[in-house]
Amino acid sequence: MTVQTDDELWSAIGDPSRRRVLELVVSNEEVSASWLAGRVPFSRQAVSKHLVVLERAGLISRRRRGREVIYQVEADRLDQVTRAMAELAAQWDQRLATIKRLAEAAHAENNHAANENRREL
Amino acid sequence: MPGLAIEREILIEAPIEVVWRTVTDADQLSQWFADRVELVVEPGARGFMEFGDQGGPVVVETVDPPNRFSFRWNYARGAEPGVGNSMLVEFTLTPEGEERTRLRVVESGHELLAWTDAEKQRYADEHTGGWGGYLDRLATLLAKHQSG
Repeated sequence: MTVQTDDELWSAIGDPSRRRVLELVVSNEEVSASWLAGRVPFSRQAVSKHLVVLERAGLISRRRRGREVIYQVEADRLDQVTRAMAELAAQWDQRLATIKRLAEAAHAENNHAANENRREL
Repeated sequence: MPGLAIEREILIEAPIEVVWRTVTDADQLSQWFADRVELVVEPGARGFMEFGDQGGPVVVETVDPPNRFSFRWNYARGAEPGVGNSMLVEFTLTPEGEERTRLRVVESGHELLAWTDAEKQRYADEHTGGWGGYLDRLATLLAKHQSG
């Protein structure tokens, strides 16, 4: 999976309210939309919309239990996302470390050249 | 709608001008970023970056020496980076004394591009700890439930 180009996924967890919903699903395993609606400061309709987006991004799935619709997290998908994000962050850490090394070497060289010039004067 | 952002930073023992050159010179870019870089560092300039057998077009967005440099890039070969299909990489350099520079990079999803700087700032302020923190927390919750 490439997180970089996965628009649905990015949009899905880009919204703070949706992240709250996802977090509630993850921490409570199996939940219904009405249960969720009682725990967030926005409407039942908003909760339903967030659930649709999260489901489309593959982060949660639903099934019927009696007369209720129950939502649960898609653990593999979430795991994939977490790992891909960690990988991107690690790539940037590596790049920044290389920039640091290059800049500090260039700075040391500049200082050295400046000292040489002073000595010659 | 906000997108996803990765934020990292590092403290460098060199003056801001030296760090600026390291971040923006095409020769230097090829040492810390892509294998091959064809880029003129001017706002709106189009270039190309290659990573092994992958690569794609790059468009320079902001050039404000020695503090801000940003470009859009696209992982998909061939597609022209623009609003709606690309990632924005923003470097911010802040001097900390004469010989020390803080370098911050933010790579963000395209949804964020439509935001004003003030909106981005507010979003960042409201979500300190950022994405890493949120996802780490979810991963921890997940692990707890899977083992339980």
